[in-house]
Amino acid sequence: MARIAGVEIPDNKQVVYSLVYIYGIGKTLANKILDTAGIDKSKLVKDLKDNELVKIRSIIETDYAVEGDLRREIKSNVQRLIDINSYRGNRHRKGLPVRGQRTKTNSRTRRTGPRQTVAGKRRVGRK
Amino acid sequence: MSRSTKKGPFVDEKLLKKILDAQKSGNKEVIKTWSRSSTVMPEMVGLTIGVYDGHRHIPIYLSENMVGHKLGEFAFTRTFRGHNTKVDI
Repeated sequence: MARIAGVEIPDNKQVVYSLVYIYGIGKTLANKILDTAGIDKSKLVKDLKDNELVKIRSIIETDYAVEGDLRREIKSNVQRLIDINSYRGNRHRKGLPVRGQRTKTNSRTRRTGPRQTVAGKRRVGRK
Repeated sequence: MSRSTKKGPFVDEKLLKKILDAQKSGNKEVIKTWSRSSTVMPEMVGLTIGVYDGHRHIPIYLSENMVGHKLGEFAFTRTFRGHNTKVDI
């Protein structure tokens, strides 16, 4: 099991796609990281050499904010908006959309939290 | 889309003049303005500005953190006091 940026342990997948499991790394960043490291993207994580892992780790550590650091950064950015009592901070405080979207309908995610799928709900009423 | 850096930040000229005068003389009186779209500049930090909200001039004390934002962001134009609560019959 490979351990990158703290606790992430994606395995048995190609490196590009397992790097995506790290908070703050998407497809684009994963590709960029592997390009700079010069590692074959389709290689499975379990086949990675130790020095390749070290390379990936050091690139992520020096160049990018991921996981806890990124979460903290985002939180402090939002906190700043709230502290200066700006319109955007006010919207964050109220849990409403920040960028001028409509609230007459929609904006469900901001208002009620991420959607929770109820298993088997569609079956109700069916035999 | 953000504003071109070539132009620099927008500040109402009359407001800027008043601000520079106030900073020079150390006069900390509230400066009234209607220019909500003016950017908060580093020179404005420490001043109190009355930003018009369509009704009144709301005094806003400008701190360092506010630099780069627009004045209008700090004076809300809408008052929302909540929806009617249903009355039980």
